[in-house]
Amino acid sequence: MQGYIYPNEFELQWSLLIVLYPYLTGLVAGAFILASLERVFNVREVQPTYRLALLTALAFLIVAPLPLMAHLGHPERAFEMFLTPNKRSAMAMFGFVYAWYLMVVLLLEIWFDYRRDIVIWARQSTGIRRWIYYGLTLGATDLSPRTLAFDDSAGRWITVIGIPSAFLLHGYVGFIFGSVKANPWWSSVLMPVVFLFSAIVSGIALVLVIYMLTTMLRWRKIDMACLDKLAQFLFYALIVDASLESLDFIHRLYEAEESIDILAQLVQNRLFISLIVLQLLIGTLIPLVALGFASPALRKGGFLRIPPELRQLIYLVAAVFVQIGIFSIRWNVVIGGQLFSKSLRGLTVYKVQLLGIEGLAMTMVLLALPFVILWVLAKLLPPWPDRVPQDDVAAT
Amino acid sequence: MPDAHDMPDSWPREAEPPKEVRVDRRAFLANLLAAAAAAGSPILLGAVRLPRLAAQDDGPYDASEHYYGIGLDVNKCIGCARCVAACKTENDVPLEPHYFNTWIERYILRTDGSVEVESPNGGLDGFAGIENAGTVLRTFFVPKLCNHCENPPCVQVCPVGATFVSQDGVVLVDEDYCVGCRYCIQACPYGARYLHPEKRVAGKCTFCYHRITKGLVPACVEACPTGARVFGELENRATPLARFMRFNDLQVLKPNLNTKPKAYYANLDYEVR
Repeated sequence: MQGYIYPNEFELQWSLLIVLYPYLTGLVAGAFILASLERVFNVREVQPTYRLALLTALAFLIVAPLPLMAHLGHPERAFEMFLTPNKRSAMAMFGFVYAWYLMVVLLLEIWFDYRRDIVIWARQSTGIRRWIYYGLTLGATDLSPRTLAFDDSAGRWITVIGIPSAFLLHGYVGFIFGSVKANPWWSSVLMPVVFLFSAIVSGIALVLVIYMLTTMLRWRKIDMACLDKLAQFLFYALIVDASLESLDFIHRLYEAEESIDILAQLVQNRLFISLIVLQLLIGTLIPLVALGFASPALRKGGFLRIPPELRQLIYLVAAVFVQIGIFSIRWNVVIGGQLFSKSLRGLTVYKVQLLGIEGLAMTMVLLALPFVILWVLAKLLPPWPDRVPQDDVAAT
Repeated sequence: MPDAHDMPDSWPREAEPPKEVRVDRRAFLANLLAAAAAAGSPILLGAVRLPRLAAQDDGPYDASEHYYGIGLDVNKCIGCARCVAACKTENDVPLEPHYFNTWIERYILRTDGSVEVESPNGGLDGFAGIENAGTVLRTFFVPKLCNHCENPPCVQVCPVGATFVSQDGVVLVDEDYCVGCRYCIQACPYGARYLHPEKRVAGKCTFCYHRITKGLVPACVEACPTGARVFGELENRATPLARFMRFNDLQVLKPNLNTKPKAYYANLDYEVR
């Protein structure tokens, strides 16, 4: 602690778990937007990641509310947010945005996309799996060309609705922070936009990593055209994200409001590692340079002729660095915004607990959980292009 | 009821009246003390009640008939923190250091332009002596509490509507409804809220709602020995608060945030945030 902080400010209110929440929802929104590239914008190269991105989004979306729940003083009353929401509260709307996104967008899109395959799997498998698949068809087992055409067009329309929904989901998370006028570090009209683009960055990077690792683990050959495209989009998204972050930074510096002194101290003392080193250097500059040179983002075939194996490694490292950077962004927003006093006269500290419901161990569990869910989902609904069942079986 | 005026009449008659009444100093002081005690004790013992300063005495409490605010005179605050102690006792606020409905800040403005602010245990632990007294330009105490804003950001953000503005203008928390998400704590620009460690719900100043609805003033106001806190009706009634607001130049904290506080400060320095 240094300087003066209000006596009630000694306890940091939103802990590591609340860092996790925007991080997870960001991955959901980003992964979905990546999936929509293939579906709506017809970027054929990223097709191998389409289903993987959808399942990734679902796995992370299921986990996203858990850190919020665990953090509540009275989790048993959480459902009141649905029953008697305060309509003026940004947070109260989370439940509805979340439910909309889960029920109307993700589950529906996945179902329409997989319906044909689920029906075929149901016919091919035996025992309990058969019944699970039959259950998943929801009784819609008709595979006539007309119904398949309907599936396709429904899926496309849901994606069209899904893109603004994904924007809504994560832009809205940014709004939860950006609308707190009491906090000069949060209060910014750019916050939802910055959140959104950092979400796209994190989603693309995550799917890239998962795609590479799962393909390697399955002993398949990585589709370099797909990977190059992913790296290319990751680069573009990073450029937009970094530009927005810079704009926010420059704007604050230029306006130099009352809070500028304490915020400068905050960045220099408390956030130096997480903001300057992790977010800016590791999370933004190094990936930008690496992707700029290696990927076809700026020049067809990249600036340097790099063999595919090395390129894969560069992409992987860049994507992991980007994840570190995005997590740091969430940390810098959530924790950073609470490390200075609203009296603008002092800084406080946050010590992460190891154990306990809001500790590091819990965070690790919640970070690992989506991957477990994804593994189960991938077992049930294999997202790999080479596992799409054949049509001739379907005809039976 | 004994009265101070009765006393001088009663004693000369008992003894032989001297030609000229000679009162030595000791007897005079003793009598003065007795008179003061006689006049004061009924008030202290509660036999005579001071006129009600806030709500009406008669009939059930009707929130729509009242609209409360508080005045705080920085020049009168001596930093004794009796208000803080009274508040903690009255409102069951945890005694541990970092939970306060109200607290006292001490500002020391030095001649070199530097400002030192402190509030050791909300003021309960007392304030240390000032070092380098020669460099002090100004020093003063500022009582802080929930501003019971007319436009409260804490109420706006509450996802379930557990915190609300009552009809009489007091910002309250429904402890049976609060989910403990702490968004209100983040939204309060004044640091006036905390999460109650046992109840796991948001805690804050209620203007001692259980007292003001019975016609009493909040505990901090009653405990203040200098009258630095003036509680009362805001809307045009002949109350001490109305007088306070008429005769002082007033300021509110962080007016730029448009929260419209109902805690009005007299003699507030611009350094106070």
